[in-house]
Amino acid sequence: MNKKIYLDNAATTKTRPEVVEAMLPYFTELYGNPSSVYEFASQNKKTVNEARDLIAKSLNAQTQDIYFTAGGSESDNWALKATAEAYKEKGNHIITSKIEHHAILHTCEWLKKQGFEISYIDVDENGILKLDELKKAIRPTTILISIMFANNEIGTMQPVKEIGEIAKENDIIFHTDAVQAYGQVPIDVEELHIDMLSASGHKLNGPKGIGFLYIRKGLKLSSYVHGGGQERHRRAGTENVPGIVGLGKAAQIAIETMEERTKEEIRLRDLLIERVLKEVPYTRLNGDRTKRLPNNANFSFQFIEGESLLIMLDMKNICGSSGSACTSGSLDPSHVLLAIGLPHEIAHGSLRLTLSHETTEEEINYTVENIREIVDKLRSMSPLYEDYLKKNHIEID
Amino acid sequence: MYSEKVMDHFTNPRNVGEIDNASGVGTVGNAKCGDIMRIYLDIDEKGIINACKFKTFGCGAAVATSSMATELVKGKTIQDALQITNKAVMEALDGLPPVKVHCSLLAEEAIHAALWDYAEKNGIVIEGLEKPKTDISETEEEEVY
Repeated sequence: MNKKIYLDNAATTKTRPEVVEAMLPYFTELYGNPSSVYEFASQNKKTVNEARDLIAKSLNAQTQDIYFTAGGSESDNWALKATAEAYKEKGNHIITSKIEHHAILHTCEWLKKQGFEISYIDVDENGILKLDELKKAIRPTTILISIMFANNEIGTMQPVKEIGEIAKENDIIFHTDAVQAYGQVPIDVEELHIDMLSASGHKLNGPKGIGFLYIRKGLKLSSYVHGGGQERHRRAGTENVPGIVGLGKAAQIAIETMEERTKEEIRLRDLLIERVLKEVPYTRLNGDRTKRLPNNANFSFQFIEGESLLIMLDMKNICGSSGSACTSGSLDPSHVLLAIGLPHEIAHGSLRLTLSHETTEEEINYTVENIREIVDKLRSMSPLYEDYLKKNHIEID
Repeated sequence: MYSEKVMDHFTNPRNVGEIDNASGVGTVGNAKCGDIMRIYLDIDEKGIINACKFKTFGCGAAVATSSMATELVKGKTIQDALQITNKAVMEALDGLPPVKVHCSLLAEEAIHAALWDYAEKNGIVIEGLEKPKTDISETEEEEVY
C-alpha cells in the first residue's frame, strides 16, 4: 500500500479541512485584537465567546467557566498548581493515579518539592483505578483529586462518575485530564461531578497549540499567566483567535458526529483486536476490553521489542507508537504498562494503534497482515523466543 | 534517526541464526532494559573464527550492531576479534544516535562473552580477555499470554 496508514491518532490528529477553512479568515482578514474598540476587531470577542459557548454546552457547563489555554499540558499544569496554591491553607495533600500523563505526574513531582504530599493510586490489571484505595487515601488535608478520564496509552476509561461522587462527598476538588476523551465520548460535568477538566484541540482534529480548562464557578483559582484582562483575568495574553475558532469548529464536528463515527471506529478497533489476538500467538491486549476509548488498541507481543516493530511498520507506511524504553529515551518502558503489572520485557514489546474517522477496513486488514509478518521476522531473530521454544520443546519450521 | 547502513543491517541483518555445537556462545544484556544479544562462534583448530551467528532482542540499533559485529568477527583470529571495539562497530555503521551507543557496547561485550565461553570450554586462557560483565537476569519468571 503506497498510501500512509496513520494509526497514531492518540499522538495527534489531522486537522479537518473544515476546521482549517473556518480558521483562515482570522489570519488575513479578521486579524483584529478582540480587546480593541473598532468594529472588525471587537467582533472577534463575540467569535471567541461563541466557541466558548459551544464547548460549554458540549460539557453541560456554564459558558464563563471555559478558559482557553495553549493546550492539554498547560491546562493540567494550571489546574494542579493553581489549586495547590489557592487551597494550601486547607491542606497539602493531592491524590492522583500511577497512570496519568506526564503533564500531571511531573507537575505533581514539582509540587512535592514545594512541600505538597502526593498519593499515587494503583490501577488494576486493566488499568482501572482502585476506588477502595482512593477512598482510603483521602485525608482531612486532601485538597485535590486528579484522575484522567481515559488513558492515552491503553485507552482504559476510568469510573469518573464514582470518582466524582467520592470527591464531592468528601468536599475535595476533582480535576480530570480529558485530553484523550473529550470529543470521543460524551462528558457531562454536572452528572459526573467534575470541577475541572483539561482538553486539547489537536486530539480531536483541531489545531495544535490550543486547548481549554474548565473551572467550575466558585473555585478560587488564581491567574496562571499574569498580564492583561483576558479570560476573566485568569489567563492573560491576546486570544489565539484562529486557534479558538478552529477548536470550536473541531469540537462542534466531533460532538455532532460522535455517535456514528465512534460506532464505526469501535467496529474497526474490534476487528483489529480480534484478528491480532487470533492470528499472532503470544500476544495480549493491554487495557480493558470494553471500557476503552473507541479508537484505541494496545498490544504486547512477547519476545520482541517495540522500536524494531515500529520501524518495520513504518517501512510498510504504517504509523503507530510503542511504550518501549527505546522510544521514550529512557531505560524503563512505559509507566502505564508497568502499573498494570506487565513485566519489563513484555512492556518493551508493546504497540499502540489509534484509529480515526478516516481509517478503513482495508487499512486494518493490511496492518494486521504486516504485524503478523513483522512479529514473525523479529521473533526469528529473538534469543528470548529461541529460549522459550527450546524450554518447551516446540519445533517450528 | 538512523544512518542508511544501520537501516540496511536492521532490515537485512547478516548472520542471523544459531550454530549447533558452537565453539562459544555469549549472551549479554537483559530483558528488563530491553536489549539481549547472543553471539555464536565457530572457531577452528587454528583459532580462526569461521562462522559467527547472532540472535538479538532489541531496537533497530541493537539488531544492526549485532549484524555488523558478526560481519567484523568472521574470518578473524581470536586475538583480532578481541580488538574489535564498540567504536569500530559504530564507525562501520556510519554512527549511531547518542542514546543508542550502549547497543554497540553490548555488541562488543557479546563477542567477549562468546570468546570467554570458548576459552572455558577448552580450558584455555585468552590473553587480554576479562570475564564479561553482564548476563541475562534470571530472576524474573517468564510469563506467557
